[in-house]
Amino acid sequence: MKFLFDSDSWQEIYGSIRKNKIRTGITIIGVLWGIFLLVVLLGAARGMENGFNKIFGDFATNSVFVWTQSTDTPFKGFQEGRRFRLTMNDIDVLKSEYADEIKLLAPRNQRNNLVVKDFKSGDFKVSGDYPILDQIQKKPLIYGRFLNENDILSSAKVTVISEEMYKQLFDKGEFPIGQYLKINSISYKVIGVYKRSSTVDIDGDTAYIPFTTFRKVYNSSDKVDWMMITANEGTDIEQMEKDILLTLKGLHKVHPEDERAFGSVNLGKEIGKVTGFLTGLQFLTWFVGIATLIAGVFAIGNILLITVKERTKEIGIRRALGATPKSVRQQIILESVFLTTIAGMIGIIFGSLVLFLIDTAFGQGEDAALINPTVDIPVIIIAFGTLVFLGTLIGLIPAHMATVVKPIEALREE
Amino acid sequence: MIKIEKLHKSYPIGKDSLHVLKGIDLHIKEGEFVSIMGSSGSGKSTLLNIVGLLDVHDEGNYFLNGQLIKDMNEKKAALLRNKFLGFIFQSFNLISYKTALENVALPLYYKGISRKERLKTALDYLEKVGLKEWAEHLPNELSGGQKQRVAIARALVTKPKVVLADEPTGALDSTTTDSVMDLLKDINDEGMTVFVITHEEEVAEQTKRVVRLKDGLIISDEITAVGKSKAV
Repeated sequence: MKFLFDSDSWQEIYGSIRKNKIRTGITIIGVLWGIFLLVVLLGAARGMENGFNKIFGDFATNSVFVWTQSTDTPFKGFQEGRRFRLTMNDIDVLKSEYADEIKLLAPRNQRNNLVVKDFKSGDFKVSGDYPILDQIQKKPLIYGRFLNENDILSSAKVTVISEEMYKQLFDKGEFPIGQYLKINSISYKVIGVYKRSSTVDIDGDTAYIPFTTFRKVYNSSDKVDWMMITANEGTDIEQMEKDILLTLKGLHKVHPEDERAFGSVNLGKEIGKVTGFLTGLQFLTWFVGIATLIAGVFAIGNILLITVKERTKEIGIRRALGATPKSVRQQIILESVFLTTIAGMIGIIFGSLVLFLIDTAFGQGEDAALINPTVDIPVIIIAFGTLVFLGTLIGLIPAHMATVVKPIEALREE
Repeated sequence: MIKIEKLHKSYPIGKDSLHVLKGIDLHIKEGEFVSIMGSSGSGKSTLLNIVGLLDVHDEGNYFLNGQLIKDMNEKKAALLRNKFLGFIFQSFNLISYKTALENVALPLYYKGISRKERLKTALDYLEKVGLKEWAEHLPNELSGGQKQRVAIARALVTKPKVVLADEPTGALDSTTTDSVMDLLKDINDEGMTVFVITHEEEVAEQTKRVVRLKDGLIISDEITAVGKSKAV
């Protein structure tokens, strides 16, 4: 270890590097490029992952959406092609039967309607919802509040509109809260304005009104258009989805193997596909990065081998002057490790710099493609450690070559 | 100091082998100034390499400072070289990217002496060979004679028992040859054993004992005029 802190060891390395500046430089670039690629690719992959996470970020990722279509199999006297609707009864049954699995269950009813404010109007979706919708898909509010239990209980004629709707229907600078809108000729008081999610947005510009109000106004009785379900932590969502569909099929006298009667989307599954892609991407990144690193390290080994060959005479002189094979070996290994270390550090610095530039160029703003492209410090340390380890390993070859040559043969070389 | 008994050495050349040393008996006492004469191919360089532990012999015995040299591994050989032997080569063999001072200090590095002390000692020896002013110069900035004097300083810096010189004047003109030989004489006068290989009669004449080799055998071993006068 003393050898490492000996200024002479370093002086020797400096001398030998100075002698082969260009070659050393080119060699360093090999390793530098490898770790640079690794850092940048990993960072970019992370950025993409963050981007995807942001897209799904407003949603509870363990959500399942269920709606009805038409049957494709005749069952219990019903013909195929029968249309039917979900009911509040289904909701109650599901809630009680899957009390352990279901965290939130939001039944929803939706229509398209003309929304009028004084002389301005626009065609928008009107959605009857429960306050829990906000927990399934976050509605960031600019003004006021979202629907609450009281609105449901009192079937209040209140609505929460999107920022776009506010801009379209209200005069500039007009305060929306407390104003009245007419939807389907019925007046609603505006209680909140939300900002639409810039990413996944299944509702679009929607005027949210209490579910109970919707039922009365549109006379939907106990029918439900569709529902959003989120599962508790640790629930097998795919299994839950299957079970729920089976229960619903039973309730609506649908053949258990009817594929068309119910439509459903499992958000977790969809996200899983993307995550799988990301995992693949990360694997590829590691593979490419490490392969390049190894190639770079081999280049260093190669260059040292040439250097050793060129310095055979010098090594012979040193041996004649009393250099032990060990000291010769140490010298060359140290040189290898030194080169890989320097190259690695420069590569990491450049990689981080490029990530920083990527972040400034593409990582900012609403529609950023790559968000916060970073590489974990432990990953860097592991990569760096591997690099130094490989550097040592590869240095052993030229080091061995240097000591295999007998001093007499080394000296004879002119 | 150096005792050689029935030394044999052959080199493999393809399937055959070249018998270079065919039974050499030589005894060099401490403080002697010996030259080995011989034409090229007589085996004198091989002998020096074996004496200098740069090569190993096949048969016979070699005692260095009373120690039987046998089954040397590289590490032991390196330590013995560093401790007992100083080398001077025909082509100087200085390390090109090191200054004169650093070249002289190098053997001390392998002896594990601290840098400060090393450079101080090296400077003393450079002064001894009259090159103190040239300490910071690289070898390619020095003349042939100066390079060889740096090499001599390097050979001496570890205070070896034996200085081995392989054609030390082979690459030098007559004036610088004389200055180098004077230096070797001074070293010998200080009590160091000096072992010179040469094919120049003028050089051999300045040593105290001349051993002539031919085809791997000693054909004569005599005290020179210088040796006789000193002995008297």
